[in-house]
Amino acid sequence: MGSNVLHTRRKWRKILFRLGFLLPALLIYTFILLIPIVDSMRLSFYTGSGLIPNTFIGFGNYIKIFTQEVFRERVWGAFTNNIKFFLIVTLLQNILGFFLAMAVTRPIKGAKFMRKISFLPTTLSVLVVGFLFRQILNPIWGILGNFPWLGNEHTALPTLAVAVSWQFIGESILLYTVGIDGIPIELLEAARIDGANWFQEMRHIILPAIMPIVGIVTLLIYVGDFTQFDIVYAMTTTSGNPRFKTDLFGSLFYRTAFSTPARGGWGMGMGAAVSTIMFVVVAFGVGIWFFVFQRKRDA
Amino acid sequence: MMKRRKRSTLSTYVYYLAMFVYFIVIMYPLYLMVVTSLKPNAEIFKNPLGPPRSFYLGNFITLISRANFNLYFLNSLVVVFVSLFCIIIFSSLAAFILAKHGFKGSTFLYSFFVAGLIIPIRLGTISILKMMIGFGLHDTLGSVILVSIATGIPFGIFILTDFIRMIPDDLMHAARIDGYSEPKIFSRIIIPLLLPAIASVAVVNFIPIWNDFWFPLILLKSQSVRTVPLATALLFGQFSTNYGHVFAMLTMASVPVVITYLIFSRWFLKGLTEGGLKG
Repeated sequence: MGSNVLHTRRKWRKILFRLGFLLPALLIYTFILLIPIVDSMRLSFYTGSGLIPNTFIGFGNYIKIFTQEVFRERVWGAFTNNIKFFLIVTLLQNILGFFLAMAVTRPIKGAKFMRKISFLPTTLSVLVVGFLFRQILNPIWGILGNFPWLGNEHTALPTLAVAVSWQFIGESILLYTVGIDGIPIELLEAARIDGANWFQEMRHIILPAIMPIVGIVTLLIYVGDFTQFDIVYAMTTTSGNPRFKTDLFGSLFYRTAFSTPARGGWGMGMGAAVSTIMFVVVAFGVGIWFFVFQRKRDA
Repeated sequence: MMKRRKRSTLSTYVYYLAMFVYFIVIMYPLYLMVVTSLKPNAEIFKNPLGPPRSFYLGNFITLISRANFNLYFLNSLVVVFVSLFCIIIFSSLAAFILAKHGFKGSTFLYSFFVAGLIIPIRLGTISILKMMIGFGLHDTLGSVILVSIATGIPFGIFILTDFIRMIPDDLMHAARIDGYSEPKIFSRIIIPLLLPAIASVAVVNFIPIWNDFWFPLILLKSQSVRTVPLATALLFGQFSTNYGHVFAMLTMASVPVVITYLIFSRWFLKGLTEGGLKG
């Protein structure tokens, strides 16, 4: 009997010890990161003029967004801009990132140094990069001539995409570098002895080895780009000038939820609906990545 | 044989050229940023691209004496260091349990935490704002600190759990025989062995926390609590045509992260590649 009591007490102490160690991380992570995302989705079913929407209206906000032209136009605009933005960034970062990673993994002078330098822009704030590019595209510096890159409807969005790629290509280079470094040297040497040329080497050895990394790089770009806000704020303001041509989901969400009606605010309930749509778009991309890349790896 | 050598020299030249062009593309904007910050306004218009005639520090002095930039710097440092401290403590406590005191559901709990690496916390912003107002933390550095801790915990747990798993169990058994309690094992044995991994977690988290603009923009209102990115954004409009001030501000906002990266790049790159590839 006595040993039994001792046993239960010891068991309880073990549980309490585990709980005590886990609790701080668990509480903050759950209450500040996870629950707010779910709660924001709940708020998308409410409306109200105050900070906290309090009248339940079911799918009312979504019906407004998808049927009334004023709202539909903006959400559809941000969606299509965001897809174009994502495609440009993905192409630049994957293709250039891969070839630069090929360069810095060669046993040549300066390669180690370039590995380190290539990541430098990634450490800067997106806001700083945005302001910096906005300034040096200004005719005073005019490093790209006198053309109004950010004022022209056709060039503004690609300019933002190039600025973001300039900053984050270092991340792609880093990940590709790790992938290329991981290819066994014997494999490459054997291929060379067999007389494989550059293209054969690339197609049969290097590309298959780095396919999973293409997936990770693209996933990181996808999640980052569909929540991107800072670059729009810094380069073309929260209204995505010119004429909403650079409006992305991030700037749309900021305007609708946190600006006054005069500056494009739609009220918190509508803002919550916009962030829920963003969540669906992001989750869709993560889901595709999971099925294409992760499932194959587990099998 | 000769043919192959030709090919490899040719591709080496191509790679050299690519690296050189890329180097210029990276460094030129950064060069312009620093160089312009060291020129008085009149010189910027006359000589926008060249190196400064003298190392003019007036722009930086104005930022500190008239725009309170030193205060914003201090605010950012407080946010970064309090957040990092909490991320490290909370993550290593949880990682210790997940790695060495597994229970039914601990694998699930680990995945539950690690899923946070890919969840954009920005999507909960409305509710976070609502909650911070409820707590009375709205417009205080505390609100930004809490958000930063929550964002940093998934990476912390991910790296530290992995690292603690590699510590041999025998070491802990020996300590138990010596009469060490579990908390004592954690603080005397695990933590000292964990220091390199903790350095990775700290450096990798330092950069996004220092650079965060979104949450300060939403959660902070008063001038006295502004962080560097928020102050940069608000002062950018005010200075508008005073380019010297603008570039000095951008330089100052970048110096801490650039220095941190250059000093700790080894830990940094190690942490990031582990985070990116195993996840």
